[in-house]
Amino acid sequence: MTYEFDWSSIPGALPFLWDGMKISLLITVQAVVVGVVWGTLLAIMRLSSIKPLSWFAAGYVNLFRAVPLVMVLLWFFLIVPRFIETLLDFPPGTDLRLSSAMMGFALFESAYYSEIIRAGIQSVPRGQISAASALGMNYAQAMRLVVLPQAFRNMVPLLLTQAIILFQDTSLVYVSALADFFGAAYKVGDRDGRLVELLLFAGAVYFVICFSASQIVKRLQKKYTPA
Amino acid sequence: MAYQWNWGVFLQPSASGDDTYLGWMFAGFKMTIALSLSAWLLALLFGALIGVLRTVPNRTPAGLATAWVELFRNVPLLVQLFIWYFVLPELLPTGLGNAYKQANPVLQQFLASMVCLGLFTSARVAEQVRAGINSLPRGQKNAGLALGFTLPQTYRFVLLPMAFRLIVPPLTSEFLNIFKNSAVCSTIGLLELAAQGRQLVDYTAQPYESFIAVTLSYIVINVTVMTLMHRFEKRVAVPGYIGGK
Repeated sequence: MTYEFDWSSIPGALPFLWDGMKISLLITVQAVVVGVVWGTLLAIMRLSSIKPLSWFAAGYVNLFRAVPLVMVLLWFFLIVPRFIETLLDFPPGTDLRLSSAMMGFALFESAYYSEIIRAGIQSVPRGQISAASALGMNYAQAMRLVVLPQAFRNMVPLLLTQAIILFQDTSLVYVSALADFFGAAYKVGDRDGRLVELLLFAGAVYFVICFSASQIVKRLQKKYTPA
Repeated sequence: MAYQWNWGVFLQPSASGDDTYLGWMFAGFKMTIALSLSAWLLALLFGALIGVLRTVPNRTPAGLATAWVELFRNVPLLVQLFIWYFVLPELLPTGLGNAYKQANPVLQQFLASMVCLGLFTSARVAEQVRAGINSLPRGQKNAGLALGFTLPQTYRFVLLPMAFRLIVPPLTSEFLNIFKNSAVCSTIGLLELAAQGRQLVDYTAQPYESFIAVTLSYIVINVTVMTLMHRFEKRVAVPGYIGGK
């Protein structure tokens, strides 16, 4: 006898699954924003001539890139909230765990963004900085008005590709009990004894989203690359 | 209340009685290494095959290989793992499915994890193999064919020996990734490093020590692999190319 599929528990669960998807998207957007902002700062620090700043950024990036995302999420889910609660003397019962897990996710992804952005900044010819200082700009002005706009233009496809990877990574918040799309699908499947259908459905949804997004990025890339 | 540090906890006998908590960590460490290395073999094998197929002139195999890469790259690792572990046994023919379900649970977890990580990584390896082959000058393939090599021979003797040497650096980063990704397999109950870390927190009530030890273990793995691969990269670098002598 082969397995008999029964997809009937999916239609009724759609609103619940959609709530999960909203959380997945929220975590993605939040992590992309934090990742780009904090990643840019890290990249600038890393390229800075002030040694302690550059060491800090290198240490941060290498540390986060050496540790699995699952471990980072567990740290920020299990250890960091307790630490903050004792440190700041929070009233018992405050639950920091979810915001902490989201923060950990964003801090982790920042390390990867910072590497992309560093490569982007380094791809801008040196002469551009020299030209900016010849025009009387200081370092910060040169970065903000001359280097970063060009760097980001070159990086758009890579940043978007990383955002797709990040969206896939959000499924790992499963370990921290955040009810994202995958968590929701798993819960419904577990409840109805229809894990097979729900897991296949979740896989299909992720595939459609990520595949279409990556095709769009590919077209953008063609448009932006100078012929 | 101040936290009571107690690094001696690792030497205490574990809850099961026949081991120390350090022994638990070491077992997790071994599991992570065994899983990652066996999955890496799968990834190299399938990655090389699929990568080559993506570059052949024949449309059908090239299309199938592209579908393989897109499938494994666009579904999150965790979802793939759950599909291998929970879904596939149900879809197998009954006899085979039952045989699998009656197997040792650790074996089941290990097999699902190994196949999942291996095929997930194979799509990434395939992309590198394809990029390596495509980066070679067109003339190499034409020269091979002009010398009377068949297409498979051209790949075997001309294109692949060069392509594989060129792609060692990007493969290093995939190799590092497989160790980190193996932590995902803790979600199906495989007792590798990350899972042992969680277990240690539960049993010893010393969360900081447990997590610091596990995190350091991952860093040690990372640094060791990077050092070894760096030496290997130097040995195989092609003279005349950037990074070569």
